Amino acid sequence: MTRDELRAALLDCLSRIAPEVDLARLRPEQQLRDQVDLDSVDWMNFLVAVHAALGIDIPDVDAARLTTLDQLIDYCTARLR
Amino acid sequence: MIEFCLPSLGSDMDKGTLLQWRVKPGDTVRKGDIIAVVDTTKAAIDIECWHDGTVEALLIEPGAEVPVGTLMAVLREAGETAEHVRAQLEALRAPAAATAAAPLATQQPLPDAAPLSVEHGRATASPAARKRAAELGLGLEGLSGTGAGGAITLADVESAASKARAPNRAEAMRQTIAAAMSRSKREIPHYYLADDVPLAAATAFLADRNATRGVNERILLAPLLLQAVARALQRYPEFNGSFQNGAFVPGTGIHVGVAIALRTGGLIAPALRDVPGKDLDTLNRELLDLVQRARAGSLKASELADATITVTSLGDQGVGSVFPIIYPPQVAIVGFGRVLERPWVVNGAVKPTPLVTASLGADHRTSDGHRGGRFLASVRDLLQQPAELAKAL
Repeated sequence: MTRDELRAALLDCLSRIAPEVDLARLRPEQQLRDQVDLDSVDWMNFLVAVHAALGIDIPDVDAARLTTLDQLIDYCTARLR
Repeated sequence: MIEFCLPSLGSDMDKGTLLQWRVKPGDTVRKGDIIAVVDTTKAAIDIECWHDGTVEALLIEPGAEVPVGTLMAVLREAGETAEHVRAQLEALRAPAAATAAAPLATQQPLPDAAPLSVEHGRATASPAARKRAAELGLGLEGLSGTGAGGAITLADVESAASKARAPNRAEAMRQTIAAAMSRSKREIPHYYLADDVPLAAATAFLADRNATRGVNERILLAPLLLQAVARALQRYPEFNGSFQNGAFVPGTGIHVGVAIALRTGGLIAPALRDVPGKDLDTLNRELLDLVQRARAGSLKASELADATITVTSLGDQGVGSVFPIIYPPQVAIVGFGRVLERPWVVNGAVKPTPLVTASLGADHRTSDGHRGGRFLASVRDLLQQPAELAKAL
């Protein structure tokens, strides 16, 4: 899976959790939860959606330090390798 | 004959616009099936039917705005004939015929920004269009016609009415919240209490439980907080219910409304039903589902109608405490702030401890501060026994 495909897959997961968000305006290097205003329930739903879409089960300890879209893409790239 | 009426959609929503029927005449319906989608100022709501039956007739057209309680469809019960239902329906309609000419819907004026052509002089319109426009309270002079010679047709009137109805959801929701909160502050003599609750036991319990679990089974803190409130309500039932016609009406069950802030503005507080009877895994799963559906705009009518208390958690990414305002006609609301590690004295020594500030806004007509304090202390004590909270009662 290329980086662009991974980005698209992650954004697709996000759009299902937060359908009202304008994904085009997301800054990949900035804090995701601040930009999208995700609460803990949204964040958990996002992690569940990522697991369903990519088969990656992100543990709590890892999820806590994944704060930007870029970091998520890097992390998933490494996990899929 | 089963009469299917527009159910209550919560105290602050007294009407809805039918968006679509999910059934057609002849369809078999089971209790709990969603049979219509109705738009409100807050969200599009799935409306369930609470009887088994066969759809006999749909009485409301999509696009119509109707008040709560309006007869929308009739269903045939098992063993009942279509003729019997028809006869009953006719009998039901007969007394209403005298008032049938009254418009069903209260229309809002056309928004200024509506892209409609302005014509001078008397508009040309078909008699049917003229009659319908009068019913709807729409002026013909603002409408553009698609009929012969630019005449305004019935379809043009319906189309303009639909545009006028197209809700500016954010604005409509603001008005709905304004009405509910104004009523709350005008009618309900609130008192407020707050207490710091140590969460060392709860967070350790969840960390231990989640350590070996996949993401699909991981438990959040929120359902544990909701369960603590629900179990405390079993001991202090005067905080669970509503204030109606000058008296407290106890809730029939403990249905906890969860305040969900919408990113498009406003909030909605659908209920998790019968919370004490659910184990933590069930409650967690239902909460995740409820929030996701609230965001996607697919809540059910029953979830919006019957909360017996509300819980608001403003602290997830924000503040340390909240002074919550009661959602009428309920009589209490519990708030939780952000979980923070703070100095806490345990056995004579200061120890960094995760704490949350729990607060209560309660109706002084139905309870007093002393009992409110006991209720909040009960929430605190229950959270020190997380393993017990995790079990279904």
